[in-house]
Amino acid sequence: MGKDHGGLVLSTEGPARERPPHPVMALPAKTGPVDLPFQKSQLFDSLRGRIVNRWGRCADHDPVTMAPTTPDAKGAPGRWLRCLAVTAINCICNKGRRPVPVGRSSHLKHLEDESIFIFREVAAEFRNPVMLYSVGKDSAVMLHLALKAFHPSKPPFPLLHVDTGWKFKEMIRFRDETVARLGLELIRHTNPEGLAQNINPFDHGSSYYTHVMKTVALKQALTQHGFDAAFGGARRDEEKSRAKERIFSFRNEDHSWDPKNQRPELWNIYNTRVLKGESIRVFPLSNWTELDIWQYILAENIPIVPLYFAAKRPVVERDGMLIMVDDDRLPLRPGESPTLRQVRFRTLGCYPLTGAVVSSATTLTEIVREMLLARTSERQGRAIDHDESGSMEKKKREGYF
Amino acid sequence: MSASTLTPEIPDIAAYLKAQERKSLLRFLTCGSVDDGKSTLIGRLLYDTKLIFEDQLAALEKDSRKHGTTGADIDLALLVDGLEAEREQGITIDVAYRFFATDRRKFIVADTPGHEQYTRNMATGASTAQLAVLLVDARTGIMTQTRRHAFIANLLGVEHCVLAVNKIDLVDFSQARFDEICAAFAALTGHFSFTTAVAIPISARYGDNVSTPSPHLGWYRGPTLLEHLETVPVDKGNTAQPFRMPVQWVNRPDANFRGFAGTITGHRLRTGDRVVVAGSGRQSTVKSIVTYDGILAEAGVGEAVTLTLADEIDISRGDVLASADDPPQYADQLAAHLVWMSEDPLLPGRPYLLKSGGKTVTASVTTLKYKIDINNDYDHLAARSLALNEIGMCNLSLSAPVAFDPYKNNRQTGAFVLIDRLTNATVAAGMVEFGLRRATNIHYQATDINKAARAALNGQKPVVLWFTGLSGSGKSTISNLVEQQLFALGHHTYLLDGDNVRHGLNRDLGFTAADRVQNIRRVGEVAKLFVDAGVIVLVSFISPFQAERRMVRDLLEPDEFIEIFVDTPIALCRERDPKGLYKKADAGLITNFTGIDSPYEPPETPELHLQTAGQSPEQLATRVLHLLRERHLIR
Repeated sequence: MGKDHGGLVLSTEGPARERPPHPVMALPAKTGPVDLPFQKSQLFDSLRGRIVNRWGRCADHDPVTMAPTTPDAKGAPGRWLRCLAVTAINCICNKGRRPVPVGRSSHLKHLEDESIFIFREVAAEFRNPVMLYSVGKDSAVMLHLALKAFHPSKPPFPLLHVDTGWKFKEMIRFRDETVARLGLELIRHTNPEGLAQNINPFDHGSSYYTHVMKTVALKQALTQHGFDAAFGGARRDEEKSRAKERIFSFRNEDHSWDPKNQRPELWNIYNTRVLKGESIRVFPLSNWTELDIWQYILAENIPIVPLYFAAKRPVVERDGMLIMVDDDRLPLRPGESPTLRQVRFRTLGCYPLTGAVVSSATTLTEIVREMLLARTSERQGRAIDHDESGSMEKKKREGYF
Repeated sequence: MSASTLTPEIPDIAAYLKAQERKSLLRFLTCGSVDDGKSTLIGRLLYDTKLIFEDQLAALEKDSRKHGTTGADIDLALLVDGLEAEREQGITIDVAYRFFATDRRKFIVADTPGHEQYTRNMATGASTAQLAVLLVDARTGIMTQTRRHAFIANLLGVEHCVLAVNKIDLVDFSQARFDEICAAFAALTGHFSFTTAVAIPISARYGDNVSTPSPHLGWYRGPTLLEHLETVPVDKGNTAQPFRMPVQWVNRPDANFRGFAGTITGHRLRTGDRVVVAGSGRQSTVKSIVTYDGILAEAGVGEAVTLTLADEIDISRGDVLASADDPPQYADQLAAHLVWMSEDPLLPGRPYLLKSGGKTVTASVTTLKYKIDINNDYDHLAARSLALNEIGMCNLSLSAPVAFDPYKNNRQTGAFVLIDRLTNATVAAGMVEFGLRRATNIHYQATDINKAARAALNGQKPVVLWFTGLSGSGKSTISNLVEQQLFALGHHTYLLDGDNVRHGLNRDLGFTAADRVQNIRRVGEVAKLFVDAGVIVLVSFISPFQAERRMVRDLLEPDEFIEIFVDTPIALCRERDPKGLYKKADAGLITNFTGIDSPYEPPETPELHLQTAGQSPEQLATRVLHLLRERHLIR
């Protein structure tokens, strides 16, 4: 019973996966003859989705800082991303010039290698894995690493987005563009009961809303598709209970986590054994920090949702947070009126629950600089962690990611 | 929520980012006795390297008032004790991973628990660490815990060891006291093979000599703790060792590309290098080293790559690609150290799953050579089992050969874990010492008369009827009746009865869990020989554990094992008490009695479930014969 996942066939029965050949795409005529172990057309196809590439040289941008070096190179980041794309494709076909990715001995390379190992281990040992794709920067990095792990194949699993219906519009647009560009399969899931009852963060409170539209919805989707492994982008530096979670984190049939009964995890030998109905949450970014994520996005030019970059956006100040008015569903309280402010997001969730920060960082370099000066952690912008310090542990026991 | 502005602290972002490319990574663990201040030290390192954000600091102040142990001061330990239970009890239960960075290095810290009962967690933290920080309280000096932790760090192959003599403020920053502890430390590390071992006086609570030199320690000339962590040379794995790459995943996007994905350990690999598939001995040449970032001319230790080879040879997950000049060992019998991590003790003879690299096989401990008394001079003690947190040296027998290197040469290819086949729990960490050559010299002798021929002569299908149940449940009575009837029908049978076998073959075994496992293993092997001889074997053994019944099932062909659960409530068994054993057990005269102080694990899916209450032995025996007829096993 194979399911068609947009060009990939995922079998729900056994580990053997047959893939149809890649669609053939014509190469630009100017690409010279090369000696590659596979068809150029495939190589090109696998690159087609990548807008950017770090070792492509760009005439009017500095290769390290990505800062414009010519007056007409100014503008939105998308401009230099596109600019680099062309050189990227030529570059990979040039065997003699070895690319220099993130410093080959740097800590980022080390983290990248570790994450790739984790991805491959899951693909090899689980029957039916899935990647939780939440559209944020961590998901972007996770997806990028998955592309690297299986190159020149595509990642052998679909993406799952638990859509609460309250995501920023720009996130949804970015999500759809990304999966289309990479030719991946996306499974969207919204809790149908929650939707029918119109569960929302205003009338039901953030805690209950999160439980129904995120935790319950996620469990529904995992059960419905029978996934036995699910990648998540959580990092150990995010929160104290996460610091103690395994990279391969066992979940029982109810998808819940028992922090006192975790499997010992030694070396990189991961115990992937589960009984029917049980599953493993896998966290390839466990050992990354927020700063690592940003440095890596910068070094690898990974596309991210534009909301991370500062721009004038309509916001209201509420309970110490700057809430963006993303659509007319946000009920304004007496005395509140949206004002345009130069803001960006350090973390993205549901728009009524995610606070913006005042910022002038419009490029990745400026974001990294801002990160280095930051005095608050990123989850500060999230209403759901504010209750008490044990609240994340409680949510995780219940099955939250 | 402040707008970002350029400050003099970071004058040049480009230079900063360039420096990041050279930043290396050090994984270390902190360990030590319960109140030596491990969590406080990590909290201090995070605080000093400005890794604590304002909102975390606010939460910390709140938590300090609630659970803190430092009076009015902020309790830095609360930063790392993540689980509610830990904050409430004020101890560290599980390994916590923490991160901080300086301009020179990124650090991943495993904060591991001090209590003896969490030794397994310390081993977990040590398995990936390059350096161990052992904390001692300057007042108490080196303790039993320190000795144990030094031993485990060394056993797990941690390269560098630092003794952080903490709370030096509480001994008035005394040089004499520090020197005394240093001498004891030198004597201790004499046992081990750390590349470097240094002692550093600190006060984690007040920050003396952690990241900045202390004005109170004028007599101390060495580096601060952080300076040492930043500068200690870390070899990225075993680059001096020969090339190895366990194949994780075979990459086949289409018929034209076949790549082998894995992570390199040992020596660098270059295009054109000769490689061998360990075990099969097939050789080829590296055609290309493929990555998403392009084709590489060479790749080194720790790099995740995909290799293509010049020849089409059969390679799959679990195989190890190795330097053709220096391939790894390949054997199905190993001598290894085990750190036992489960509440259920190691039972020699019981089959476990062994996972190493991409390969999972069945393995059992054939000989437990000794366990190590890590509290007293690391003496070797005789043992029949390993309990939680115990460390032993044993021989293992595997269902199939694996490629491996001694752990001291390669921390990747020399390591394995054992997994319980029923609960799927990770029960042990293993480190290979060497392969046992004797296995390679014993081959099966092919005989001309085989099982089928013998069975044909006997005119029957040989099979094992395995009766399991509590003492007094009626196993012997029923099996005896079944044998009589089979005999009357002209079948060749043999009855193996638990008590009878214990008078002979198994007279050296007692009733501990370890001996029960051995008891069943031997009887299983004997039953297998009888089946090979073409005989119907009736086995009447309590056989209380699922794992061993399954082991016997796995010894035989799929349709040769018929499990018959003789299910009698314990109250009824006690009432019958044919041998007076329950009376003795209740009086405390017999220990390890199944159903009283030793568990019975009922079969989940037996071929036949006989509920004996209200049934006569004859009726029950008839049901067994009925099943055999149904399966066309008897006339």
